[in-house]
Amino acid sequence: MSVQVWTWILVGITFSLYFGIAIWARAGSTKEFYVAGGGVSPLANGMATAADWMSAASFISMAGIISFAGYDGSVYLMGWTGGYVLLALLLAPYLRKFGKFTVPDFIGDRYYSNTARTVAIVCALIVSFTYVAGQMRGVGIVFSQFLQVDITLGVVIGMAVVLIFAFLGGMKGITYTQVAQYCVLIFAFMVPAFFISIQMTGNPIPQFGMGSKVEEGVYLLDKLDTLHTQLGFKEYTSGTKSTWDIFAITMALMAGTAGLPHVIVRFFTVPKVKDARKSAGYALLLIAILYTTAPAIAVFSRTNLIETVSNKEYNSIPEWFKNWENTGLIAWSDKNKDGKIQYVAGNALSSKKPIYTNKRGANGERLISNANNSANELYVDRDIMVLANPEIANLPNWVIALVAAGGLAAALSTAAGLLLVISTSISHDLIKKQLKPNISEKGELVAARIAIVVAIIIAGIFGIYPPGFVAAVVALAFGLAAASFFPAIVLGIFDKRMNKEGAIAGMVVGISLMLFYMIRYKTGLIGVMDPRPASEWWLGTSPEGFGTFAMFINIIVSIIVSRVTPAPPKNVQEIVESIRIPSGAGEASSH
Amino acid sequence: MNNKQKKASAYWKENIRYLTLLLFIWFIVSFGAGILFKEPLNQFRLGGFKLGFWFAQQGSIYVFVILIFVYVRLMNKLDKKYGYDE
Repeated sequence: MSVQVWTWILVGITFSLYFGIAIWARAGSTKEFYVAGGGVSPLANGMATAADWMSAASFISMAGIISFAGYDGSVYLMGWTGGYVLLALLLAPYLRKFGKFTVPDFIGDRYYSNTARTVAIVCALIVSFTYVAGQMRGVGIVFSQFLQVDITLGVVIGMAVVLIFAFLGGMKGITYTQVAQYCVLIFAFMVPAFFISIQMTGNPIPQFGMGSKVEEGVYLLDKLDTLHTQLGFKEYTSGTKSTWDIFAITMALMAGTAGLPHVIVRFFTVPKVKDARKSAGYALLLIAILYTTAPAIAVFSRTNLIETVSNKEYNSIPEWFKNWENTGLIAWSDKNKDGKIQYVAGNALSSKKPIYTNKRGANGERLISNANNSANELYVDRDIMVLANPEIANLPNWVIALVAAGGLAAALSTAAGLLLVISTSISHDLIKKQLKPNISEKGELVAARIAIVVAIIIAGIFGIYPPGFVAAVVALAFGLAAASFFPAIVLGIFDKRMNKEGAIAGMVVGISLMLFYMIRYKTGLIGVMDPRPASEWWLGTSPEGFGTFAMFINIIVSIIVSRVTPAPPKNVQEIVESIRIPSGAGEASSH
Repeated sequence: MNNKQKKASAYWKENIRYLTLLLFIWFIVSFGAGILFKEPLNQFRLGGFKLGFWFAQQGSIYVFVILIFVYVRLMNKLDKKYGYDE
């Protein structure tokens, strides 16, 4: 059977499974809608958290990014897993004991102020929208790459699917669908990894294969380092970023992970404080399976790619190369007219993406109009490392199709979790808690469902017409979360003296500083200014790492301001004392 | 301070002690071994891995998982000791 047929079959089966679960897990109350009724088992919650967390970016792009970045890619591996240690030790158990629905709920009550609540809602919306736009785009890309469906139609199908299970089931539907999606995505990620690990090193476990010897009797990583040096790249295992920048980016990603509202809210769905701790452990264990495999895939596919293309005749290149050239993820320009592919360090193009002319060159390659004069002749999109991996390794068609189903599961599960946070922020934090406190439960549920429809439509529009800044901003969502939520929540638990003046000042200063730096050095302002060059970065800190900087400023401002303003009222200090003790958590409630 | 408050503050102190210890390890394996001391550690090898590189891309993640489960155990015991378990 062809890849196409297999893909339709696997996508069809998994989608019907998600629908079935959505119908089975309909939500009848706000409690079911917001926190799945609070009765989810720690293991199920761990699986749902893992699926929620691992997005299209983790599944499709991460291994590819590491593959091209080598050691520098470690920031994502450590940053996106280490954050769970912070989450488990510093946030999850206490927020569960606090027992409300949302992060703005905690901020609003702990800092006895609707201003603080509103600041938190705004931060939650900024973080979630930047993140969700990337997911819808991811759905569109999977559809267009694997099923030859137009990207726009792909996004619309994705929107419809998320809409059905989020609209019907709320958190309850999303949680149980995510459990299924975790199984699909991890299976789809691991199967090709096992195959390739055996092929290259004879060891079926990718984590060990990565450190094993290849046929010639040398260690795989040493071989890759040698290949890199020969072609003028930096050694794979050393990297190019400064130590300080690696440090700052890793820290920002960790604190940002712990501060992401769609991850935190998951810990409100388990019955007890004890379960919240345990479920963070399960979540990280399940995430670690993918995160320790990704660097292995990165090494395998990097070696494979170099060996397959470097100095080879274009005419003798395997079929997959030409397939991906046709979809625009590979481009080759025969600069020295020798008919061979020279792949060495440096950009092959004068701009980021290849611009294809409609003509074919002497060897039958697609001609591009933006090749530059450097010796490198090859452009490879990073996403290809996961998408094309099974083809490069000559795996059976059903494995290739599996990758499509896995990518869709990863993108849809994350999108659903984020959309729920957006709708909760509006129906619960904004309408119920501020604008219309006496709204009935039924009314709130209707509002939540309307909000989710609107959010999906906005996210879909972002997915179809991605504004240039979205891609840049997704990576920075973590910096934003680290600079705003993380300090406010941690200080709210561990510093009894922290008051509303301190927390609000800290959050406002933190997020503004981060936004300022992001606009100045990363995105620019359309029509007003272009981003400033890296040579002007403060202390050599990249925009991705600046969240660490902004986070510390937030903490310092919070502490200083809180010490010169009045202590929080007695009843708030009592809340802090009570969340520090695990017993008597009861169920998450709305009042 | 009444008895109940004394108990609560003793519990909290022990909790903070555990957190400090666990977060110290968290920092050492990632920011320490994987980033700051990566170069000297790369002189040593673990099979085909340079040690610093291994900590950055594999080892730190394994330790993170273990840390959370150790924390779960420690806290469950602590909850029992103070009668906060349920």
